[in-house]
Amino acid sequence: MATPEDNRYAKSHEYVHLEGDVATIGITDYAQKELGDVVFVELPQVGSQLDAADELGSIESVKAVSELFSPVSGEVIEINEALADNPALVNTDPWGDGWMIRIRVTDATEIDELMTAEEYDEYIEKESAH
Amino acid sequence: MTAITEPEVAQHAAQKSAMEPLIFERSKKGRRGYQLPDLDVPEQPLDDLLPAALRREEIQDEVEVSEVDVMRHFTRLSKLNVSIDAGLYPLGSCTMKHNPRINEEIARTPGFAWSHPLQAEHQVQGNLELLWHLEQTLKEIFGLPRVTLQPVAGAHGELTGILMVHKALAKTGNARKYILIPDSAHGTNPASAAFAGYQIKELKSNSRGTVDLSTLEAAVTEDVAALMITVPNTLGVFESEIKAMADILHAKGAYLYCDGANLNSFVGIARPGDMGIDVIHSNLHKTFSTPHGGGGPGAGPVGVSESLVPFLPTPTIERREDGTFYCDFSHPDSIGRMRAFHGNFNVLVRALTYMRSMGPTGLRRIAQIAVLNANYIRARLRKTYHLPYDAPSLHEVVFSDKLQTPKDVHTLDIAKRLMDYGFHPPTIYFPLIVSGALMIEPTESEPKEELDAFCDAMIAIARETEERPELVRSAPHTTPVRRLDEARAARQPILRWTKK
Amino acid sequence: MTNLPDPTDSSSSHRYISNAGEDIREMLATIGVDSIDRLFDTIPDAVKLKGLLDIPGPWSEIESRRWFRGLAARNKTTADHASFLGGGAYAHYQPAIIDQLLLRAEFLTAYTPYQPEVSQGTLQSIFEYQTHQCLLTGLDVANASLYDGSTALCEAVLLAERLTKGKKKVVLAKSIHPHYIDTVRTYIQNLGLEIVEVGWGADGRLDLDALRAATADAFAIAVQSPNFLGVVEDYDAIVGATEGLTRISVIAEATSLGVLAPPGQHGFDICVGEGQAWGIPPQFGGPYVGFMVVREALKRHMPGRLVGETVDVDGKRAYVLTLATREQHIRRGKATSNICTNQALIALAANMYLSLLGKEGLREVGLQCLQKAAYLRAKLREIQSIELPFAGPVYNEFVVRTPFPAETILADLEHEKILGGIPLGTFYDGHANDFLVAVTELNTREQIDQYVAALSAAISRERR
Repeated sequence: MATPEDNRYAKSHEYVHLEGDVATIGITDYAQKELGDVVFVELPQVGSQLDAADELGSIESVKAVSELFSPVSGEVIEINEALADNPALVNTDPWGDGWMIRIRVTDATEIDELMTAEEYDEYIEKESAH
Repeated sequence: MTAITEPEVAQHAAQKSAMEPLIFERSKKGRRGYQLPDLDVPEQPLDDLLPAALRREEIQDEVEVSEVDVMRHFTRLSKLNVSIDAGLYPLGSCTMKHNPRINEEIARTPGFAWSHPLQAEHQVQGNLELLWHLEQTLKEIFGLPRVTLQPVAGAHGELTGILMVHKALAKTGNARKYILIPDSAHGTNPASAAFAGYQIKELKSNSRGTVDLSTLEAAVTEDVAALMITVPNTLGVFESEIKAMADILHAKGAYLYCDGANLNSFVGIARPGDMGIDVIHSNLHKTFSTPHGGGGPGAGPVGVSESLVPFLPTPTIERREDGTFYCDFSHPDSIGRMRAFHGNFNVLVRALTYMRSMGPTGLRRIAQIAVLNANYIRARLRKTYHLPYDAPSLHEVVFSDKLQTPKDVHTLDIAKRLMDYGFHPPTIYFPLIVSGALMIEPTESEPKEELDAFCDAMIAIARETEERPELVRSAPHTTPVRRLDEARAARQPILRWTKK
Repeated sequence: MTNLPDPTDSSSSHRYISNAGEDIREMLATIGVDSIDRLFDTIPDAVKLKGLLDIPGPWSEIESRRWFRGLAARNKTTADHASFLGGGAYAHYQPAIIDQLLLRAEFLTAYTPYQPEVSQGTLQSIFEYQTHQCLLTGLDVANASLYDGSTALCEAVLLAERLTKGKKKVVLAKSIHPHYIDTVRTYIQNLGLEIVEVGWGADGRLDLDALRAATADAFAIAVQSPNFLGVVEDYDAIVGATEGLTRISVIAEATSLGVLAPPGQHGFDICVGEGQAWGIPPQFGGPYVGFMVVREALKRHMPGRLVGETVDVDGKRAYVLTLATREQHIRRGKATSNICTNQALIALAANMYLSLLGKEGLREVGLQCLQKAAYLRAKLREIQSIELPFAGPVYNEFVVRTPFPAETILADLEHEKILGGIPLGTFYDGHANDFLVAVTELNTREQIDQYVAALSAAISRERR
């Protein structure tokens, strides 16, 4: 799956898709492949405040658990309830139905510090070479 | 070398027939599996004894089965397991050795089995004396002045040990913040340290898989309470500079904790106390052969150096001048009680029986032959499987799947295929510092011919990987069930039977 | 190292270690070293033992039997005395087939079922055990076992604390088994938590007024029923006084669940306890089996192993360790517990016991305990100068008070081959003349009558 051009990317493999002041956050296709079958996603409560780099939750496969970090600051306005019953959405459609949370961002400039699709592709190429 | 007949896919089709139903699914109204004597006292109306609000209705959906049903059920279930009694079970770090049955017999002696933990001391002198002798024996094995027998598992021992370190340091005015743990450690180490109130700092292993003195030196600050290290480490490699490590820690007022999971490799050859180790737990269900029982019970006694003695859990077992024994609670600095009563007493009985069966010569021979057996496997397989760390190893050897991955055959596949050859797989994907680890610990129990059969199977699997990788990737083929859908189990967990 | 035996010499062979003589020489040749000692070169000489350990042995089975049986013979036990001992360890009937089945090598000598294809026996049994726990306690999710009742309570307190970040106070009924409370104190000593104990009222039940006063800022309340005094607590009243707290029920006498109200149906969120009473011999305190059962919503906070149902690639039903990301081997320093080795074989024994006794038997054991204890209580009430100080309802255990020190009275009973009780003064100040008495289905009417007579005689003797 090609890395979408209209997202920005964090080194911890979360993507941010910004529309207006609402950021949709999920994990990348590369990240879901590395994790394997996702069995559980722990998300914050709607209304909670996150700062950039705060832990927003965790994602579990059968034999691994990874922390999720918020790439941007703001208030959580929506979480993807569908993941509770169907965490496999993260595997099957990471860019779409597998999204995790929506945040009303307080500082849009934080987005600029994240990687572009091209930069992210280079980054994961280096990562997987290890 | 004995010839290996390749177990084919269809060979054991019969074995894969219907599984045993759950005991709840065997239940039929009116069956009974027990009988009590008739009630021999006058029966009182229940309402007079216990108000209805405090009583329960019948236990909905509990089973009704006969003794025959239960016998058949559990006998059939047992046949779905493999066990050390049936053959090599080379789980690294687990020390799956022969479990002598004299240990079982002695543990079942009515004088032990039917003694009660809150009896008066004069009524249980035999038990207290046994515990005292076990402590003396472990003191000698550890080379340390005292041992607590209360912890009931390795992780429980770790918590006990780190709580003692914390208390000892707190007594000096600063309990400190961090426990250092190498990246090759068992997961229980960081979990226990966290439970004891510490944060964890991970130490990177060097190319030998051990910890460099310079790495340690840089990490030991005034905030470090202890280093928790497994000796030999989870690659089976002995930390040759252990004494210097102890010196570095001691110079900064920190302690050296040894995870004794791998004691089997040096029991009777060297002693933790002589290495400068301050605290060690030993998993009696590993080195001292108490049966693993499908995951427990175990026991995790902890030995300590002189400076930690005041902090041992209470009670300690002491001998009086007149040769009688008692429980001593008079340790004002004790961390307290780690568990109700006296720990897993009847596991301790089995372990002491084993120590007596072995004696000083036998314990030494354990380590010698365990290390010989592991090195024999290493020598026979090192051309076939990648050895990521080439340093000399003791009782276990860690290979990786690096030579097999080009064929898209991975450690998991190799492990599963071993089952088709009749062997329990080694520990896999551990230690974490090895990608695709296969951690093999044969123990001293295994005869050469069993080791050869295992090596032959491993070599055959490597050949299959080249010639018929799909056969390996889809293994096992001959087990009661084949690969499971583990993602499904975790996504919609079904954790109990429910009546349909 | 002249005194050390040559490992290839047949005189150093041992019955538990197969390889000897020629095999050892062949293996050394394959490895490419000339002696076993060379394999230990990485251990510095400075830390190597110069001789043998100074310990007894090696013993033959004949010698071991002689010595260990000699020790066992020095114990007085619940097998050769009429026993009325409880206090968290109870002598109950264990059907004969259980121990025979436990000795099956496939159960006894298998490891933790990490490889499900060759461990379905252990895994299915744990799944059944988990189901029994749920049915008995009225809660939803049980784990594969914890060490014992005391450490199970520790795990429950820590679980409850994780649910309510910020609050640091846990309320424990003082009438929880004193060893359990001690163990909790040990576990939490560095975690910044505070324990507040709430005592009992005149009837031996939890003092509800004191409870209400203690619950402010607390994250959890734990009560034991029957409590250490033997008195059955009123769950509904406790629930009414502990709004908003995580409620932990502690069971130290597991057969009580056959007749007493299940905590899960009376407002409790977590039930932990000691499964020893399910036919496990008292064996001086262990190995026993701790259990934990929780509400569905708490399952991802559960410590220890869990077994779940799934299917294999052929669609066949099978069982597997699941939700493992909670555990230490994956989450390491952030795991829900450090537990790894548990009490699997004892949980298997409990599964067998619960299956054999089943719906009817669990109730009948409970009723016999209840009736026999009531019979003894009625007889004791007839003796002047014996007091049963707590009026609350009991199951199979209760406190007896005489005008004399408990130890003195119990020593008199011991002369009559009766283990008559546990002195309460060991645990609580101001109870020097009190002792705990437990009755199970193993106690005959004849034993109970003898107990009453012996106790009566002991009091008369002391009076003289």
